[in-house]
Amino acid sequence: MAEPTIPPAPPEPPPGRAKVHMTLDVNGERQEVAFAPHKTLLEVLREDMALTGTKHGCELGECGTCTVMVDGQPVLSCLVLGLECEGARIETVEGLASASGPHPLQVAFADLGAAQCGSCTPGFLMAAKALLDQDPAPSRDTLKEELGGNLCRCTGYLKIYEAIEWAAGTLRGEHPASPLQPGATAPHVHGEGCRHG
Amino acid sequence: MAEPTQPAQPAPARKPRRIVGTSYRKVDGMMKVTGQTRFADDLVLPRMLTAKILRSDVAYARIVSIDTSAAEALPGVKAVLTGKALPIPFGILPVSQDEHALCPDVVRFVGDPVAAVAAVDEETAFEAIQRIKVTYEKLTPVFDPEEAIKNAVPPLHAYGDDGNVHKRVSMQFGDVDGALAKSDLVLEDTYFFEGNTHLPMEQHATLAWQEPDGRLTVWSSTQTPHYLHRSLAKVLQMPPSRIRVVACPNGGGFGGKSDPFNHELVVAQLSRMTNRPVKVTLTREEVFYCHRGRHPVLMKARMGLTKDGRITGLHFQSLLDGGAYGSYGVASTYYTGALQTVTYQVPTYRFDGVRTFTNKPPCGPKRGHGTPQPRFALEVHLDKAAQRLGIDPADLRLRMLQPAHSVTANWLRVGSMGLGPCIEKVVGGSRWRERRGKLGRDAQGRRRGLGLACASYICGAGLPIYWNAMPHSGVTLKLDRGGGVAAFCGSTDIGQGSDTVLAACVAEVLGISLGHVRVVVSDTDLTPVDLGSYSSRVTMMSGNAAIQAAERARELLAKAVSARLGVPESRLAFAEDRVFDVEDATRGVTFPEAVVLAESRFGTIATVGSYTPPPTPGAYRGAGVGPSPAYSYSAAVVEVAVDEDTGRVDATKVWIAHDIGESINEMLVLGQVEGSVYMGLGEALMEEMAYRGNRFGVHKIPSLLEYKSPTTHEMPEVVTYIVKDPDPNGPFGAKEVGQGPLLPIMPAVANAVFDAVGVRVDEVPITPDKVLKALEARDRRYGPTSYPDLRITETMRVLTPAEGGDGKGPDARRERKPGAKEGSPR
Repeated sequence: MAEPTIPPAPPEPPPGRAKVHMTLDVNGERQEVAFAPHKTLLEVLREDMALTGTKHGCELGECGTCTVMVDGQPVLSCLVLGLECEGARIETVEGLASASGPHPLQVAFADLGAAQCGSCTPGFLMAAKALLDQDPAPSRDTLKEELGGNLCRCTGYLKIYEAIEWAAGTLRGEHPASPLQPGATAPHVHGEGCRHG
Repeated sequence: MAEPTQPAQPAPARKPRRIVGTSYRKVDGMMKVTGQTRFADDLVLPRMLTAKILRSDVAYARIVSIDTSAAEALPGVKAVLTGKALPIPFGILPVSQDEHALCPDVVRFVGDPVAAVAAVDEETAFEAIQRIKVTYEKLTPVFDPEEAIKNAVPPLHAYGDDGNVHKRVSMQFGDVDGALAKSDLVLEDTYFFEGNTHLPMEQHATLAWQEPDGRLTVWSSTQTPHYLHRSLAKVLQMPPSRIRVVACPNGGGFGGKSDPFNHELVVAQLSRMTNRPVKVTLTREEVFYCHRGRHPVLMKARMGLTKDGRITGLHFQSLLDGGAYGSYGVASTYYTGALQTVTYQVPTYRFDGVRTFTNKPPCGPKRGHGTPQPRFALEVHLDKAAQRLGIDPADLRLRMLQPAHSVTANWLRVGSMGLGPCIEKVVGGSRWRERRGKLGRDAQGRRRGLGLACASYICGAGLPIYWNAMPHSGVTLKLDRGGGVAAFCGSTDIGQGSDTVLAACVAEVLGISLGHVRVVVSDTDLTPVDLGSYSSRVTMMSGNAAIQAAERARELLAKAVSARLGVPESRLAFAEDRVFDVEDATRGVTFPEAVVLAESRFGTIATVGSYTPPPTPGAYRGAGVGPSPAYSYSAAVVEVAVDEDTGRVDATKVWIAHDIGESINEMLVLGQVEGSVYMGLGEALMEEMAYRGNRFGVHKIPSLLEYKSPTTHEMPEVVTYIVKDPDPNGPFGAKEVGQGPLLPIMPAVANAVFDAVGVRVDEVPITPDKVLKALEARDRRYGPTSYPDLRITETMRVLTPAEGGDGKGPDARRERKPGAKEGSPR
């Protein structure tokens, strides 16, 4: 199939606009990048660094879809200029998995049905990562509070809570990463009066 | 098809299943959680241009002139397009081909596309469209249906039934007035369901590229690549064989990406003009104006009942505010009258429906398509009937259930029917009988209440959108010597998990692990047609097609393995990635060995399967909307807390039961149920499309922040019960779950508000202002008080099955579905 790929050469520069040139630290890699100075971090990541894992839903700071981490904090990448991020430590969904495998949050999201269409998922994952880095055992109320700025239209949020809670348990060393693994007790994957929320 | 089709006979002993009925990771799960799923806007091609569309800022006007010279002069602009270049109209339904890629003469709503630009980047394209000067001659817009009917000068379209009336339907099954005259109780009331929108998290995006050899490829966030393929061929006047449509995984659809859209045609044409790839991504504001969401519907229900709680007859009327174009509107109109009969016995039934054009974004199909509005009215109406008759609302419904394997008064064939067990589950779970009416106040002083409602939904439309005798879904399987199985299907995964259903059906039949199945989907060059991800049809139709293809492959493998092992084919089992003798499991071959044996004997192994729904019993004009291979059933109890000082309603807990038939993946079924509850609560309590009539039809709140949808804070606990009443037509007995569970939520909330504070809000969304008004009203009600005289002069009479009818109306002409003929407006 003629799958679209990332272009080998940049498109012709926009007329009359000078690009800025800087080094950004994204997922532990320092990369040189040139971009128009008005571009948001979201646009720089997606358009100038080919990191399309970060999605967008409004580009106005309303939906949380474009959440990334900057210096450990969850940030709406559509409200930050790329220019502001020089020297900062930027983490995106592409950096969540390592060579040794996916992050426990990713395994739990996949195995507990927390990602349906997957459009809001990278934002939720990064918001959850930022939360678990601060609080390894968040209560359900804390989850609701911390994720209140991320919209999801598919799941009704319930499976997202369960996936984060399962991943938190994994990170605390209490159980394996996959809730569907033999021996693991998966929460709520059968439909007889199963309670969620 | 996999299952026997004789419902009366006992099912044969079921083979143990290893995948179907269990919970497992979606086949595209890891792609989604690593951000690697490529949605349409994630695609990039070398030399790609960006398109922007100039949209009308007036609600209704003639285009006098368009001056594009300043845009064309801007450096970086590669092409400018206006409507004159693409004069051929299109639309999803053959009877309403009323849209253009760009408006050539008239704009009909704020947001109607007028001109488009392709430029080297987004900024340049945006600057260019601002340089385009459009001169309009303003016309008088209409913003609500009654006004539209009165002031149809000039009507929005010339092809409607009359003036701004797009569609007028009136049909009667049995003698409703006679039945009502003999009833112990006749209950009449009016209801209003405000329009709301899909709000998928992914904004629509399309990338088009005309390759150097003249072939056009369009990648798009569409739920219906097949219909987009047809529209592109029609509007661009290209042979379909030169166009390839690839539906990318949709970042949410909910019906909002089911129409062929003008932006898809625009970028295709811009690519043809520039010989470069062109991409457009709609802003969130543009998504609001593209809409195609829930129709606002004013309704009137007149129902007769016996004192022991049986419906004698129902006269249901609906007035739909269609917005500026046809979209799916003819079907939507029929759907507001079609499914009232499949849940409860309605021996005599009359339906009058009218859809009007107004100068607002077009309405179309949103999750539940045309049925949530009447379901809201019907279920609230039954709650009132129960109160008047002194019968518990749950008991009332249990007394009047439509029997399984029956035909309704309007000639819909019901298959498996698990509504009774669904009601029992939620009544038991919520402790309905002990708690209803006795909940009192919560710790914050809010009054609490319980409400119950039920619903049903189709598992795919029984008839196609354009009349044809071909399958609705097709699957091709290709078996590799290494044991890999590729499944090709035109189905489109919009998050509901259709890729997983496809893989699971194949893997289950062939006895292999999911990991050995690769799905290739929604690509008109590579995959057999599937009509699209709408009407909850995909599991039913692509699932059955996949099973047929897999059974044909299994047959070839069984023949070859049987010859090698000297074991009769009937004794061979396919399981655990092996093919073996059921009487001696050690005698067998691995699945890859079986493929090698079969390929050695028969040549390359590829099989096909397809699915066409069974014939429908009704043949009257309009009988095309409503029939389905099967119907899913749902029941819900919602608990609310109502603040009498502020009028605020919070849903605090939901119990929901859904008759799925059988679940192909139980975890995904639960996810669809919970997502439906969520979306239903949004519709019940907050979501609404609101326009400024005094500001020429501008949307009041076209943003994710101001269009209120439930956040984590508004989502309550949900208890889900999956009821399994396998349907003989379903793949492994499965039915739909994507849409049905949304339907009972809105009326259950309204009924719970009544239980809590004793007021009826006969209108959604049930916002605090309406609750306060109802609390202050003498009749303790908020809602519409009248229904206009819509001058219904002709009503088609159809004899019911009980009257000995044959399913044909007086007008049993060629048409099985409104507008079977392609193309021409009347």
